[in-house]
Amino acid sequence: MEHWLDLLPPLLRGARVTAELALASTVLGGVLAFAAGIGKLSKFLPVRWLSVVYIEIFRGTSLLVQMFWLFFALPLLGVRLEPTTAGILALGLNIGAYGAEVVRGAILAVDPKQYEAAIAVNFGPRYTLWRIILPQALVEMMPPFGNLVVQNLKDTALVSLITLTDLTFQAQNLRNLTLDSVPVYTMTLFLYFGMALVLTFLMRLLERYIASRVGVAAARARG
Amino acid sequence: MLFGIPWDLSSEWAFAVSIFPILLRGLVVTLQATALGFVIALLLGLVLAVLRSLPLKIVSWPVAVFIEFIRDTPLLVQLYFLYFVLPNFGIVLPAFLTGAIALGLQYSAYTSEVYRAGLEAVPKGQWEGALALNMPTWLTYRDVIVPQAIPRVVPALGNYLVSMLKDTPLLSAVTVLEMLEVATIIGDRTFRYLTPLTMVGGLFLVLTLVAAWLVRFTEAKLPKGGIPLK
Repeated sequence: MEHWLDLLPPLLRGARVTAELALASTVLGGVLAFAAGIGKLSKFLPVRWLSVVYIEIFRGTSLLVQMFWLFFALPLLGVRLEPTTAGILALGLNIGAYGAEVVRGAILAVDPKQYEAAIAVNFGPRYTLWRIILPQALVEMMPPFGNLVVQNLKDTALVSLITLTDLTFQAQNLRNLTLDSVPVYTMTLFLYFGMALVLTFLMRLLERYIASRVGVAAARARG
Repeated sequence: MLFGIPWDLSSEWAFAVSIFPILLRGLVVTLQATALGFVIALLLGLVLAVLRSLPLKIVSWPVAVFIEFIRDTPLLVQLYFLYFVLPNFGIVLPAFLTGAIALGLQYSAYTSEVYRAGLEAVPKGQWEGALALNMPTWLTYRDVIVPQAIPRVVPALGNYLVSMLKDTPLLSAVTVLEMLEVATIIGDRTFRYLTPLTMVGGLFLVLTLVAAWLVRFTEAKLPKGGIPLK
């Protein structure tokens, strides 16, 4: 048992790096999701085209390939990224592409009557989007976002393959040191599981907060 | 050279053309891993779905926790776990099999949910009709419920197939020679990473599009109401 507890400090240090990476990449992904999701619905062809290309590329290829490309291939084009930057960028770009589809679907799910009502009271298109459509779409978006956030947490494990000292990297290190795989990997799995449960709980709280802020009618209309 | 195929370092284009057959060897391994992993996920997911819906709490509850555990932990760590821990218990498998099993295990947690949702979606009236006709439960499942559940289940399963295809590069972490690993080896030996990695990215894009098209095709071919009985 003491042997297992000795493994905790390095693993927890890795878990902290994992949490930081997850937070940074989720924020980046969130921004990109809204940008590309709304962009794909834009009336300007270049904006639409850019969004489509971004979404198709980052949803259609493997995350690890994207990460390796940013870490190994980009330097050969002259851009040398720090491993941390490459990791956050890859994770954010990837989850942003999936999030963009969620955003787009949620916006499309808003009742067309809302647009008509907004025109009737003379709201401009940007004001309509910001004050009428997005709040209602936000309620619709939260459950899939919850899944994507947990998925992103799991994806952070891949940064261990581009030399970032996250939880998985520490686990590999410890395993190489102790040659005892069972306690190392079991504790690692439980640490990830714990973080995922916390994240799911937080996302569910956020879901309920958004639903209460936007209004009961919107939440009821969605569910 | 790799797999006995030499590469041509004269120009970037010649390099790209010469490594293409090498990458294709990796592609074959990628496809094999996906196929095997998907079959395992389909079968294991079915087992888990059945176990989870049993009225016995002592069985259904641990299975539910197990499924949640698999879903919330990274595939990479599960892969390392299987790769390093299984030999401790005397099970020594080639890396490819371990990788396929890890893929199948992780995705079985997702497919079990898909099966459950698909079975739930069959209208309750079907059950009542079967009851009125005095059909035993197993026969109801076999001839009434499952044929109607299949068209509902195929789109989601198809999406997971495409998803699994994009997860196969993780197997490179345990030395499986799939596409990304092949590209990385070429890069390590020639110091030219850009071309192989970009080609692999492109190949994945093509693969994803083809796989997604195949799923849509299968969806369209299936009769909407369900597979007819006889």
